[in-house]
Amino acid sequence: MSDQTTNSIAFVAKSTIPASPPPARETGVIRWLRVNLFATPGISILTLVALWAIYTVLSGVLPWILNGVWTTDSLSECREVLQGKVGACFSVLTERWNQLLYGFKYPSDQYWRPNLALLLFFPAAAPVLFFDLPRKLLIFTALYPFVAFWLIWGGPVSAPLLALAGFVAGGAVFQRFGKANFALGFFGGIAAAVVIWWLGALLLPASGGDNTLLRQVPSRDLGGFMLNMMLGITCVSLSLPLGIALALGRKSDMPLIKGICIVFIEFVRGVPLITLLFVASVMLSYFFPPESTVDLFLRVVIMMTMFSAAYIAEVIRGGLAALPKGQYEAADSLGLDYPQAMRLIILPQALKISIPGIVNVAVGLFKDTTLVSVISMFDLVGMIRGPILASADWKGVYWELLGFAAFLFFIVCYGISQYSQWLERRLATDHR
Amino acid sequence: MSTLSDPPKLGFRPSMLINDTRYRSLTFQVIAAIVLALAIWYLGNNLLQNLKAAGLNISYGFFSTPAGYDINQRLVEYTSQSSHARAALVGVLNTLLVAFLACITATVLGVIAGVLRLSNNWLVSKLMMVYVEIFRNIPVLIWIIIIFTIMTASLPAPNDFRGEDPQASMLFSSFAFTNRGIYTPLPFFTSGIFASAALNWLLVIAGLGLSWLVTRRIGHWATARQEATGLRPKTGLWVLAAWLLPLVLLMLVMGLSWELPELKGFNFQGGIKIGGPLIALWFALSIYTGAFIAENVRAGIQAISKGQTEAAAALGLRQGRIMNLVILPQALRVIIPPLISQYLNITKNSSLAIAVGYADITATLGGITLNQTGRAIECVLLLMLFYLTASLLISAGMNIYNASIKLKER
Repeated sequence: MSDQTTNSIAFVAKSTIPASPPPARETGVIRWLRVNLFATPGISILTLVALWAIYTVLSGVLPWILNGVWTTDSLSECREVLQGKVGACFSVLTERWNQLLYGFKYPSDQYWRPNLALLLFFPAAAPVLFFDLPRKLLIFTALYPFVAFWLIWGGPVSAPLLALAGFVAGGAVFQRFGKANFALGFFGGIAAAVVIWWLGALLLPASGGDNTLLRQVPSRDLGGFMLNMMLGITCVSLSLPLGIALALGRKSDMPLIKGICIVFIEFVRGVPLITLLFVASVMLSYFFPPESTVDLFLRVVIMMTMFSAAYIAEVIRGGLAALPKGQYEAADSLGLDYPQAMRLIILPQALKISIPGIVNVAVGLFKDTTLVSVISMFDLVGMIRGPILASADWKGVYWELLGFAAFLFFIVCYGISQYSQWLERRLATDHR
Repeated sequence: MSTLSDPPKLGFRPSMLINDTRYRSLTFQVIAAIVLALAIWYLGNNLLQNLKAAGLNISYGFFSTPAGYDINQRLVEYTSQSSHARAALVGVLNTLLVAFLACITATVLGVIAGVLRLSNNWLVSKLMMVYVEIFRNIPVLIWIIIIFTIMTASLPAPNDFRGEDPQASMLFSSFAFTNRGIYTPLPFFTSGIFASAALNWLLVIAGLGLSWLVTRRIGHWATARQEATGLRPKTGLWVLAAWLLPLVLLMLVMGLSWELPELKGFNFQGGIKIGGPLIALWFALSIYTGAFIAENVRAGIQAISKGQTEAAAALGLRQGRIMNLVILPQALRVIIPPLISQYLNITKNSSLAIAVGYADITATLGGITLNQTGRAIECVLLLMLFYLTASLLISAGMNIYNASIKLKER
């Protein structure tokens, strides 16, 4: 029987035919090109237009950068070296490097001080930015503002020490009484700090001599990119607590406090930053006591902090509103009072939701620090538009300088936004 | 034998002010009110003392005195003999002009970039990503300065247009691109129906409004026909006629003519001049804010679930119609609120005009007028009042629009 079966069927495949390779146009680079760049005639045209645009930009910019001259002392020397060829005079950056970074008045033998302050900033900021690091490092973060202040401004060491002592005393009082009664601890802490500062201010002139370790630098001598960094870091860190307070105030049940917060937030968000800077430069001094002189840097910090606090408050309000009502009710049913509920349940979740928005505000504020050049402070843009472009040596070197400023800001802002995206992925605890 | 008794009636004790929730909020508000009053009193007192020491007072009398400075870019009549109030008005109009222009171009740019960012074309979507990242991460002030520098450094001076063999020539002999600004032809009527030019232009706008009404009627009629017969009549030609006929008729009757810019003396005369600062500010604000709007548009489109696209494709709609009829109308609800805040940002960022010398309200009232009169408090307060009003008006208007397109459910 089996014999018959074999004969009746003409052909039986004994082995599977090996799969033939896909056609060339369906594999590798060609397929990728076909799918991603030349799928339809319309898309092909778009690709060609894009290629042409890239070519135009690169053919203009690349020779200019590659032919760049880095070692001349003035524009005319640079032009001689180039001999009519296309090329950038990057030597303006090397020659004016210190002015671009520190401004033109900061004593040049003291540049190590802001450098050290910047170097110390990284370990100070690290435990705040990366949660995996040991929490003990936060002690250094808390000390950093005083160290940085003393490094950059110099002068008697007693001033930052006194400020630190006030904060320590306030913190100690809060630790002692805050557990039992938040309000008592909070206001008691403020009172203790104020008492320490007041006592210290009475004693200080007696003890403070001129035997200063670091030479005092007045804040009008600060400038360059250092000024942008200082304004950005100071204002963002000061405006975070203020913004949280404003957001909580706006959600409060107390009509008076809610009203104050709403008026403040809407007013600040309704006017451009530049008008607030005008207030800082021409108007704010009218509101201080007649004999006092508050320097421009501090006035600008006050106004910029108010500005970003209002925006951060709105971001956090969005985070608070996004929390389900059940979270508030759960906190109430556990018997937590308002400060406990906020500190332990509501704010950790609300702040987590608001992180991208807060980082956006921080990036925006850092970019907006360039506006201080309008009220004649010599930040990076102010230095470029003022002393450098006005000098006889470098009149007309626009592209190299503006390109450098744009590059610096791009590096910092892009870095921050990448960090925020990393943090968002890191904090995503929901399952998707 | 009642075991239940009323809780003991306790009198009011001072500790209840802080421990009893009934009184606590009252306590805090009283404290806040006292602190606020003290702060206002302290600041006000300082202000009065400082003003007295400086021999100043708060007065707006300076507004009627002659300003004494010139403004190149202006929408209304103004000479250096006009009052400070008139200069402020010129500034207000200039602010509104640049904000309006930049809002339109930023929206167009942003929508195009946002849609292309999601394109299937790998190269184009990456290119748009580069555009968005570069423009978002560099301060707008630097962009304004860069574009102003491009204007002044790379475009020819008016003098280059002179002579037998000029270095630069006018486009179609009617547009001149110079480093002082762009000159375009100015349309005007030789035999207008009304004496004043403004009324004639109003007539043209009324004509366009009429065309719009007629096109709407045609659309309604076509829809009614489609619902009755199942076939939509072709209305393209009718719509074209409705737009063109009244316009052409008005132009012919009133004798439209063009005033061309001409090189006279050291500069171009006649035509419309769009000054360099205006162009720099307009362009910089557009591309900067366009990058933000592109991200909003992308987020809005991605917020629409993929099922919507698939459902539309299953109905047999083409790619373009899926976008226009299904995705964008839904995405708009997500896009509009952040778009409003971008418009507000444009209005506020237009105050950076002061960096390139465009005479907006910040440069006139907050700049030259402030410096000439020394009336810092009055000028800055009025400046803030203007921006506050503009911001509130824009957000109010946009909120009304937002409410009208909101999803109406239950």
